[in-house]
Amino acid sequence: MKAIVCVKQVPDTSGKVAVNPDGTLNRASMPVITNPDDRSAVEAALRLKDQYGCKVVLVTMGPAAAESMLRELLAMGADEAYLVSDRAFGGSDTFATSQIVAAAVHHIGLEPGDIVLCGRQAIDGDTAQVGPQIAEKLNLPQVTYAADIQVHGSAVTVRRMLEDGYMTIRVDTPCLITCVKELNTPRYMSVPGIMGCWDKPLTVLTHEELKDEPLIEPDTIGLKGSPTSIAKSFTPPQKGEGVMLEGAGRETVEDLVSRLTAKHIL
Amino acid sequence: MNMINWNNTDTAAFHGVWVYCEQRDGALMSTDLELLSQGRHLANELGTELCGVLLGDGVDGLVPDLGGSGADKVYVCSSPLLKDYTTDAHAKLICDLAQTYKPEIILFGATNLGRDLAPRCAARLHTGLCADCTHLDVDMGTYLEFLREHSTLDEKGIGAESLTARFASDLKMTRPAFGGHLMATIVCPRFRPAMATVRPGVMVRAPYDEARAKAVQVIHPDFSLTEGDIHTQVLETVKAARELVDLLGADVVVSVGRGIGSDVQKGLALGQELADVLGGVLGGSRVAIDSGWLSSDHQVGQTGKTVHPKLYIALGISGAIQHLAGMQDAKCIIAVNKNEAAPIFEVADYGITGDLFKVVPMMIEQFRAAKHAKAAV
Amino acid sequence: MDFQLSREQQMLRQMYREFAENEVKPLAAAIDEEERFPWETVQKMAPLGLLGIYFPKEYGGGGADVLSYAMFVEELAKVCGTTAIIVSTHTSLCSAPIFEFGTEEQKRKYLPILLHGEKIGAFGLTEPSAGTDASGQQTTAVLKGDHYVLNGSKIFITNGGVAGVYIIMAMTDKSQGSRGISAFIVEKSFPGFSVGREEKKMGIRGSSTAELVMEDCIVPKENLLGREGQGYKIALHTLDGGRIGVAAQALGLGEGAINEAIQYTKERIQFGKRISQFQWTQFQLADMATKMQAAQYLVYAAAVAKDKGQDCSQQAAMAKLFASEAASDVTRRAVQLFGGYGFTRDYPVERMMRDAKITEIYEGTSEAQRMVIARALGVK
Repeated sequence: MKAIVCVKQVPDTSGKVAVNPDGTLNRASMPVITNPDDRSAVEAALRLKDQYGCKVVLVTMGPAAAESMLRELLAMGADEAYLVSDRAFGGSDTFATSQIVAAAVHHIGLEPGDIVLCGRQAIDGDTAQVGPQIAEKLNLPQVTYAADIQVHGSAVTVRRMLEDGYMTIRVDTPCLITCVKELNTPRYMSVPGIMGCWDKPLTVLTHEELKDEPLIEPDTIGLKGSPTSIAKSFTPPQKGEGVMLEGAGRETVEDLVSRLTAKHIL
Repeated sequence: MNMINWNNTDTAAFHGVWVYCEQRDGALMSTDLELLSQGRHLANELGTELCGVLLGDGVDGLVPDLGGSGADKVYVCSSPLLKDYTTDAHAKLICDLAQTYKPEIILFGATNLGRDLAPRCAARLHTGLCADCTHLDVDMGTYLEFLREHSTLDEKGIGAESLTARFASDLKMTRPAFGGHLMATIVCPRFRPAMATVRPGVMVRAPYDEARAKAVQVIHPDFSLTEGDIHTQVLETVKAARELVDLLGADVVVSVGRGIGSDVQKGLALGQELADVLGGVLGGSRVAIDSGWLSSDHQVGQTGKTVHPKLYIALGISGAIQHLAGMQDAKCIIAVNKNEAAPIFEVADYGITGDLFKVVPMMIEQFRAAKHAKAAV
Repeated sequence: MDFQLSREQQMLRQMYREFAENEVKPLAAAIDEEERFPWETVQKMAPLGLLGIYFPKEYGGGGADVLSYAMFVEELAKVCGTTAIIVSTHTSLCSAPIFEFGTEEQKRKYLPILLHGEKIGAFGLTEPSAGTDASGQQTTAVLKGDHYVLNGSKIFITNGGVAGVYIIMAMTDKSQGSRGISAFIVEKSFPGFSVGREEKKMGIRGSSTAELVMEDCIVPKENLLGREGQGYKIALHTLDGGRIGVAAQALGLGEGAINEAIQYTKERIQFGKRISQFQWTQFQLADMATKMQAAQYLVYAAAVAKDKGQDCSQQAAMAKLFASEAASDVTRRAVQLFGGYGFTRDYPVERMMRDAKITEIYEGTSEAQRMVIARALGVK
């Protein structure tokens, strides 16, 4: 049994988001973090490791700089990591991305008993598409929005969140599960973990290593293999200037009430 | 079937706008009706038909409501195997039907189940999917008007000629990215069907159309579905016991954030009382939810709900962009915050720099008085 | 001097910050107010290797270095002076002397339980009449067969009421003066050992500062640390290391106060302007930051010297002297920038100011540091 966790390094959108004049994101000016839902997926895998001693394998697709994220996750306790990185993979939409990541997972090797874990969605795109699409391409059953995972032999029971409740779902391994933040609180890196993380195996998978994978075809990867494209990206107009009311006392609130009344808001 | 070439050589052979009509426990979701209303516009623009796809066990009774919301036809697949939602069964039927009937567009609600199903279908059908759309157009003129009104682009930036040349008949799917700071219009020009999930609460629901409800055509297509197709087992479905907060439908939302941290109980009570006075509901920022002060169904923002109330009052919320994404379309925004540099003030119509624990009691008192005065008139 | 942090040290600092921000900061005001020892934090630190950062992994340590340890104390102190001194005392004053002077058996027996946080460590040198003049020890240890019998009492012992393992100094041969002092590893459960009264303090109020009482306390012979008569040397060497910890604590307190002051002055409006726009505020913060930056260089240099196995006595004394006096000054100025709000417990700077004062006193007063430095200069 092993847990393969698909992770992504993303710009930290909780701070200020910098936008280039052409309407694209100024990624260079923003700090990067491990996507929060993916950290929950890693923690879920590490708990399986604590409980069953399974190996935890990380997979990410991104630039060489994504190694820093992988080292952090190795310092939390993951065992080995794969960085899928090649110009040929650039410009991929979710379809092509999942095609490539699925190929990488296939390359690593998927056995009975294995679980593939993903975050529900990444905070840069918020699409929640890559997890289910990897599952489709690997022909695995999927359970999304997992808020609890229990392993019983070769089967897994998952609490799957709905807007107004939850479903309890049983699925056999191998399977793919996408994790929500509520699933757990990710652990910190440990001191010995940090001291040892640079010695753990990290393999870079380029197009050369993956080109014989059946999922890797010129018209299914990268910009060319992406069914979707961006027709236009733009910034929404700012609203008209607001009013900062003077003071914070009784008169201020009276002023507010009269303004709201005048505009028929109250 | 060679999935690579089935849908990119003769895209003109694809017709019709489909809406996946999600039902839970035999009840339609509000997104179904929103999507049908939107789908009606798209079908009209394309001069084609609007079809609902309804999967379940004995759900034929829902068909008139789908017609009343705009559907010309509803494909109904009924089976005990469809009683509980499973990804495998629903994905199989949608994909099988799509390959048989070749729709041009398929829309899903961006609900927890819609977001589970749509990507799996798009991957199997080898087509593009745009998540969480807030605006959809086919007609180029309408889309250009939308850009002129809702973007900061000038005519050169819009580039009407180039857009028209490249994407005249494609579905233009617009969605917010990075917390609403950026908008992107996504197209899927080479493959059909173009697929989108649509954010709940965004599309306007059209009035119920009696005539269409009567005229709607039901189709029970042949389908094959066996237990062997389904690899997950639903052991139980539990509705949350707690009362759901209707943030989406509220005219007034009062939200609290980090600023109530010094006295959470009092802060929540003040927020609730202010909401009560205005007939609104209580919401919260991510901090308020992550800190456990409010349950997650109160959350307004990118990861929570997008609200469109007439009045939004932000108490002690600094205005992180994820939050702004969920509320900046409110008609009127009032912000109270100790920090005059808080980003919330940039979107607020009225800002008060001050301690919410002092300001809100006065707001409660004076809003109540103003309401009474109005009632008396 | 090269302070280019290694990739491991950069990751450690990031982890420390996350831990301090999420686990330590939220408790800081409450443990100060309630004078409550933050056991829950200690329990969270243990599995992360934070209670033995620079000891080898074979004893349960983190396998990092002294600079990495000093950085942890610094990051803790930025948000909570109490938590910083708990870790510093445990690490520098108890685990360190066992690691540096203990036999292999003593290391195997005591380091794992200390580094895994099963027991907290403390250090007993100060007595009612042996403060800065530590050579005037009154506690005695007499060898009787297979054990020593200790009698006497210690005061102002940090972690005193919560520790399970103590390094205790006692006279084995009064005629030899300071050369008659020996060091012992004493467990709280040893017969005749008890904890006396806890001090009520001005700062670091969540930490335990207690009296230790030994009445015919039985200590097995194998718990003698080092040789008989080596105790004073062990104590001084241990305090050299401890001073790096206290200096790092002072450093963090000063830096934490600056962080708070920067944030506050950018929010607070007076005379229609943010007070950060006034040049007086800007110059104050510039001076404060410069002082703490200088302190950081001294502290890190001392830590690096200790890592290299060099005699760091003088550097540690300079680091502690400068950092502690800088911290007292900077935290006091931070309170002033906050005005009336700074004097209230709604804001953390008054706590930082109270916490900073002790750094000029414990593990050798500023005056004692000057004595050490002057002696190293050969000024007699």
